Amino acid sequence: MADAVAESDLKQTPLYDLHVELGARMVPFAGYSMPVQYKAGIMAEHQHTRTKAGLFDVSHMGQAILIGPDHETTARALEALTPSNFVELGPGRQRYTVLLNGEGGIIDDLMVTRPVSQGDDGRLMLVVNAARKDVDYAHLREKLPENVTLQVVEDRALIAVQGPEAVAAVAAHAPKAAELDFMSAAPMEFDGIGCHIARAGYTGEDGVEMSVPAGAAEAIARALLADDRVEPIGLGARDSLRLEAGLCLYGHDIDETTSPVEGAITFCMQKRRREEGGFPGDERIQAELKDGPGRVRVGLRLDGKAPAREGAEIALPDGPVIGTVTSGGFAPTVGAPIAMGYVPADHAATGTALELIVRGRRLPAAVADTPFVPNRYYRKPKS
Amino acid sequence: MTTYFSKDHEWIAVDGDIATVGITTYAQEQLGDVVYVELPEAGKALSQGDEAAVVESVKAASEVYAPIDGEVVEANDVLADEPAKVNEDPQGAAWFMKMTVGNADQLTALMDEAAYKAYVETL
Repeated sequence: MADAVAESDLKQTPLYDLHVELGARMVPFAGYSMPVQYKAGIMAEHQHTRTKAGLFDVSHMGQAILIGPDHETTARALEALTPSNFVELGPGRQRYTVLLNGEGGIIDDLMVTRPVSQGDDGRLMLVVNAARKDVDYAHLREKLPENVTLQVVEDRALIAVQGPEAVAAVAAHAPKAAELDFMSAAPMEFDGIGCHIARAGYTGEDGVEMSVPAGAAEAIARALLADDRVEPIGLGARDSLRLEAGLCLYGHDIDETTSPVEGAITFCMQKRRREEGGFPGDERIQAELKDGPGRVRVGLRLDGKAPAREGAEIALPDGPVIGTVTSGGFAPTVGAPIAMGYVPADHAATGTALELIVRGRRLPAAVADTPFVPNRYYRKPKS
Repeated sequence: MTTYFSKDHEWIAVDGDIATVGITTYAQEQLGDVVYVELPEAGKALSQGDEAAVVESVKAASEVYAPIDGEVVEANDVLADEPAKVNEDPQGAAWFMKMTVGNADQLTALMDEAAYKAYVETL
């Protein structure tokens, strides 16, 4: 995960000074100096997020806006690069998608939001992975039609608040946040500061991601941390939380060689797009949808206590190697080691007995359903 | 009994010809929450610098190297069930292994507690 970059070359987010003041251990990540953990430690931070609320600085991620003449034009432009339906994405709704290369491999995974305001018609807001910003932006600029432009947002920070008490803590300052449904977003004031808040996240818990003015980020973070329910959470727990939630980490669980079908993220492909195609790599992806992929990402549970990490080989019991672990570690909420990795589709059924090879030893494991910990996303009651 | 320290953040408590080896408080703090410890079996012959044990935190696996030559006489099986003891009492109950002192000359190159403290200050 760590990049070999000199400390001085690392970028800082608007919350850097606050991290240091809070006693964070700072590490290089995607060109930024980021908190991997605070004083409480990864285990306590993980548990706090699952039971109360955690605050994450995710300002290293890329925020950008696609700007076209009207929603249909901008949506079609993005549909040409992704397998998702954006034409029918409603105002104020958010959708997870992937940028695809010509072979149907994943250039990046990202969140796309259609602004709720009619005045923003023709705009789609993107949040992309920090390590893929340059690649994504170059790709978009090359592929977008002339009447749709990419505007990179440099003056906003991104703060995630996640956990069963996260929305209550945010709503104390931004009451409208409590009205948001899962995967919806709206502009609103947080203590009088203009923010854009989405009800989404990367932990499997209820919560929000807040795009805030860079200059106000520290004040907003301090206001939230003053709430007893909210503690700062580093990248270490962010990783263990998303792993338990069964969510992919780009560059590890999905990359330019894996398709969304192999990556088991076909929920990003809506019905019209699956049927019509019209996206990069559609021949491969539609064939995989029809006939099944050769390999597929699965969850893995280990019987013992030893974790299997990225790169560990997956083998049949007393048999040949059939795949590789792409993410793995100790899962604090599960209380046991878990992993994800790719196996041939005929060995992907839940419960299939496998072995994970760690330091030459074969550890018994089995294919497991994901998420490993049940999602607790908020779904608005239908009125 | 004399306790030595290595630059790899191990402590080595020597009593006669048996050395008890563990990791230091500093090492434990750097690792964070320990979730698994893999220890060598009794009878294993180690040369200085050999991989003797593996300690896994939530985040990563780290090797523990043999600080001296010797043969493992006992591993601390308590750590198999209670790896978190490494965080709680690294320089006491959470010792990793007992080994023979195969080459007493190697001990002289290790640090005493004061020298180790000074070394940690420089990190």
